[in-house]
Amino acid sequence: MPKATNADDLDGPDGVQIDLISGERMDRMATTEKIRMILDGVHDGNIVILEEGLTPDEESKLIEMTMAEISPDGFNGIEIETYPKSETRDSSLLGRIMGSNESTAKLTVIGPANQIETLHKDETLISALVSRN
Amino acid sequence: MGLLTELKDSVSRVTDRLFTDAEPKRIGIYGPPNAGKTTLANRIARDWTGDAIGTESHVPHETRRARRKEDVEIERNGKSVSIDIVDTPGVTTKVDYEEFTDEMEEEDAIRRSREATEGVAEAMHWLREDVDGVIYVLDSAKDPITQVNTMLIGIVESRDLPVLIFANKIDLDESSVKRIEDAFPQHKTVPLSAKEGENMDEVYDNIAEYFG
Repeated sequence: MPKATNADDLDGPDGVQIDLISGERMDRMATTEKIRMILDGVHDGNIVILEEGLTPDEESKLIEMTMAEISPDGFNGIEIETYPKSETRDSSLLGRIMGSNESTAKLTVIGPANQIETLHKDETLISALVSRN
Repeated sequence: MGLLTELKDSVSRVTDRLFTDAEPKRIGIYGPPNAGKTTLANRIARDWTGDAIGTESHVPHETRRARRKEDVEIERNGKSVSIDIVDTPGVTTKVDYEEFTDEMEEEDAIRRSREATEGVAEAMHWLREDVDGVIYVLDSAKDPITQVNTMLIGIVESRDLPVLIFANKIDLDESSVKRIEDAFPQHKTVPLSAKEGENMDEVYDNIAEYFG
């Protein structure tokens, strides 16, 4: 399986690397592998975008593992936003924003807490400011 | 699924779980930092056992270890329910020790942030393994629509645990219980001020109904 190359390994303009990970690739991974891949990417300063998101149990473990890796003057955690895909036409607007529908299929954006800041989130748009530390 | 149906399902999930044995059930008090979880835990513990659980503070992450008060017996409407209250650290996805440096020396701030991260990890572990029901405390003066609240409520729902949402700090001018009700219409929201002891009768009625 091809591995994402870190931006630091590339010659070229300084920037922020974005890893878009397909649902298909995530489906082939165990929970710990998924979380490790996400945290490794975020540790490298990348923005990780998951096509299908994580299950609630995986989200819980992601928080737990994130906490274990926080260190003073180093990694201080993650910023995460999810955008649920609408499955039913009758779900409320707020419910869709809040992700309260049953589906775990939700576009998920994860980045280093000190580099990504959510500016705006509504039914159709997540705006985030990404800085390069 | 309609809101009424969801609410009915939520209530029937609770009644399905009505406890048939005399074992106290572990009720985890969860929520974001500074929502008033320890103030609420202390209020409940003092009202029914005479003892407090932990230290209350305006500084985030004052609670850095899950703390338990066992065998809290609550009597409502001639019925008695026994629960173990577990007060947990405020859940977050990030902890920066510099948040605390206005309040304390750097060394203390670093230690506090380390303890906070361990406490949050422990709280997540408890949620997956070791609680029978959840009281989710929110500051009603703040916007409830945050990623952490969404994730936490989702995790609780996925475990099919009975959950009550407590809209705390209704004593504040900027409090809006409706904002919380609108954000989580699938769950019962109970307004209260843990600090002032406001609306505690409704709080105890609901604890007895949901977890008794």
